[in-house]
Amino acid sequence: MKIALIDYGAGNLHSAAKALMRALDETGQRGEVFMGADPDVIATADRIVLPGDGAFRDCRENLAIVSGLEAALDHAVRGKGRPFLGICVGMQLLATRGLERGITAGLGWIPGDVVRLAPADPALKVPHMGWNTLAMTSGHPVLDGISLGPQGLHAYFLHSYHLIPEGTGNLIATAEYGGPVSAIVGRDTVIGTQFHPEKSQVLGVKLLANFLKWAP
Amino acid sequence: MLKKRVIPCLDVKNGRVVKGINFVDLADVGDPVESAKAYDAAGADELCFLDITASHENRGTLLDVVRRTAENCFMPVTVGGGVRDVEDVRALMLAGADKVSINTAAVRDRSIVGRAAEKFGAQAIVVAIDAKKVSGDGESPRWEIFTHGGRNPTGIDAIAFAREVADLGAGEILLTSMDRDGTKAGFDLALTRAVSDAVTVPVVASGGVGTLDHLVEGIREGGASAVLAASIFHYGTFSIAEAKRHMAQAGLPMRLDGLEGIR
Repeated sequence: MKIALIDYGAGNLHSAAKALMRALDETGQRGEVFMGADPDVIATADRIVLPGDGAFRDCRENLAIVSGLEAALDHAVRGKGRPFLGICVGMQLLATRGLERGITAGLGWIPGDVVRLAPADPALKVPHMGWNTLAMTSGHPVLDGISLGPQGLHAYFLHSYHLIPEGTGNLIATAEYGGPVSAIVGRDTVIGTQFHPEKSQVLGVKLLANFLKWAP
Repeated sequence: MLKKRVIPCLDVKNGRVVKGINFVDLADVGDPVESAKAYDAAGADELCFLDITASHENRGTLLDVVRRTAENCFMPVTVGGGVRDVEDVRALMLAGADKVSINTAAVRDRSIVGRAAEKFGAQAIVVAIDAKKVSGDGESPRWEIFTHGGRNPTGIDAIAFAREVADLGAGEILLTSMDRDGTKAGFDLALTRAVSDAVTVPVVASGGVGTLDHLVEGIREGGASAVLAASIFHYGTFSIAEAKRHMAQAGLPMRLDGLEGIR
């Protein structure tokens, strides 16, 4: 299995690469993680992962300036239906628009806006920072075998904004933080996690292994 | 529900841990990556590296520690110490830090907070505040920011500064009481509460932890979202699991994933 981990200068790739290797071991499959932005690698990859740390606008600009990257991603994911995982801002970039520090157009793969968290309880601090449990809103193979709900496993969140998909069909899981926070979104062969699976220990490795096994 | 966090902090000098941790099966107590792995396995919610290397020329060593930690641990890491400009933040982020903590540079020029947050998002930018009480008995409490390990007064009010950097884009305040640091007498709860109430971002309480009840107080009375401690964990007085179980028994929401059977 060939996994393309997209490097567009938007944050740390080391833990994502390592976590993907560990997940690969769990699946019992052989494979390799390729870090970079080479359109030829993306075109032949079996799985594509887009990480992202930082501000929406900055990540969006970094993605746009890598020559041929967006076209290659679009062709592989939307054209050929290769399974794709966006992490944190890599998930937010799937939206139509990001509203962090002005309005920035996203990739538009999952219709919706990325908006600032506004917990109903004013005592709750923003950023939403730390470990939270997940609640499922629509079933998805990436959640197979993962214990959910208030007594379930925890995922690590670190964000002030989240993607609100249009309609409920593309929302897979939420976290509770003064109201629902979008934790996983998905559409067709595309999936995105607001939390960091590469930092989320048991839950994270399991989710990544599920993503690698997923055959949409 | 979001859980409260327990964060061990390791002081790193020239790429080595200064106060080595006292874990039985640790091959090299001076290796920060070995220590990070041990805390990862022990159930720490995050890890904090504080670089106390005097010279900036040796920065590559720290970046190497951060890179190797990110490769070996699936745990969130905050790195602080010697961050002077946005380029330092970028280098640490690319090496694998999840959050970068800015201290003296923010006291010197607050604009670094806004510039860093614009590039990396508020969630990645921590401002570390070292505060000392300067009001006398009977006066209304006032805390001032001190730099250089508590030696240099700045005249800056700690509460006002916390509010200001949070408005500029700091996503978290790491608050250390220089009066309590190293005393094991517990957090300065009045200071912690004053800062927590003043800002809408999470506050990490630090300085003075000697007992597990101190950790509970920091959250319950201080209003902190997380508690940071060094020596009680490094010297094995208490384990991370003991701390988290104690806090959970006191009624605080804690993450206990994977702690079954761990001391």
